[in-house]
Amino acid sequence: MKKTKLERAELISGALLFILMPLAIYMAFIYAPTEKTMGDLQRILYFHVPCGIISFVAFFVVAGYSIAFLRTRNRWYDRIALCSAELGVLFGLGNLITGPIWAKPAWNTWWSWDPRLTSMLVLILFYIAYLMLRSFVEDDDKGSRFAAVYAIVGIVDIPIVYFSIWFWRTIHPTPVIFGGGEDSGLHPDMRLALNICFLTFFVLYLFLLFVRMRLEKSNEKLREIEKKIAFSQN
Amino acid sequence: MENMEYLFSAYTVVWLLIFGYMFSVSRRQKAIDKKIVQLEEMGSDA
Repeated sequence: MKKTKLERAELISGALLFILMPLAIYMAFIYAPTEKTMGDLQRILYFHVPCGIISFVAFFVVAGYSIAFLRTRNRWYDRIALCSAELGVLFGLGNLITGPIWAKPAWNTWWSWDPRLTSMLVLILFYIAYLMLRSFVEDDDKGSRFAAVYAIVGIVDIPIVYFSIWFWRTIHPTPVIFGGGEDSGLHPDMRLALNICFLTFFVLYLFLLFVRMRLEKSNEKLREIEKKIAFSQN
Repeated sequence: MENMEYLFSAYTVVWLLIFGYMFSVSRRQKAIDKKIVQLEEMGSDA
């Protein structure tokens, strides 16, 4: 049977992941040097940071497709936004859970109501509410438009999360990649390991997005069949 | 090798989240595929 574009994209990203994921684990655990003060605990950041950044990417995709949906009323854009929101929450939770696991031995506390942590929590809760909204409201044009506007409002929090380190006093470490600069103190091997992990998590995001979009396509097909049956029965 | 339990826990959480999500999507996919086949069969019988 001929594969659809979506199935091909799923296959290619899956094959890439097959190579990238072991490489990322190798880079994080073996290639990257051990940090002087935190020791091996610092290796948590090779998954923690990409989880956070990919959740931002996913929420930007949600907002982008929500704007595209409002402009064109193409239902498929609305569906992509929904799929990406699920993944944004997934990666965001990965970031939010691994953060405290790192913080306990590093800061001697699981959680602090620090601006960075709190704004990230708010962001994830906002998009969890978006997903709940999507499951509660009627699956029609009006419901989708309402959800799209809600999703667009949500991305206002992303710059707040990211720049909170500079805006307010915080105990969260300053960024070492975007905005960190060359003098951030990050060893070049650590930087390379982190970049490989970023790439791997981005491909993982794409793979999961394609898988989720296939589910949405099947969902759409099911709705059409149900409509046809309902129409024929009337 | 200090704090290895924290390192192990963090990576386990990430893997559990990813595999849990994939499992949930695959379950939903199977349920929908099954329903589509059932409805198509119903349609062809009618």
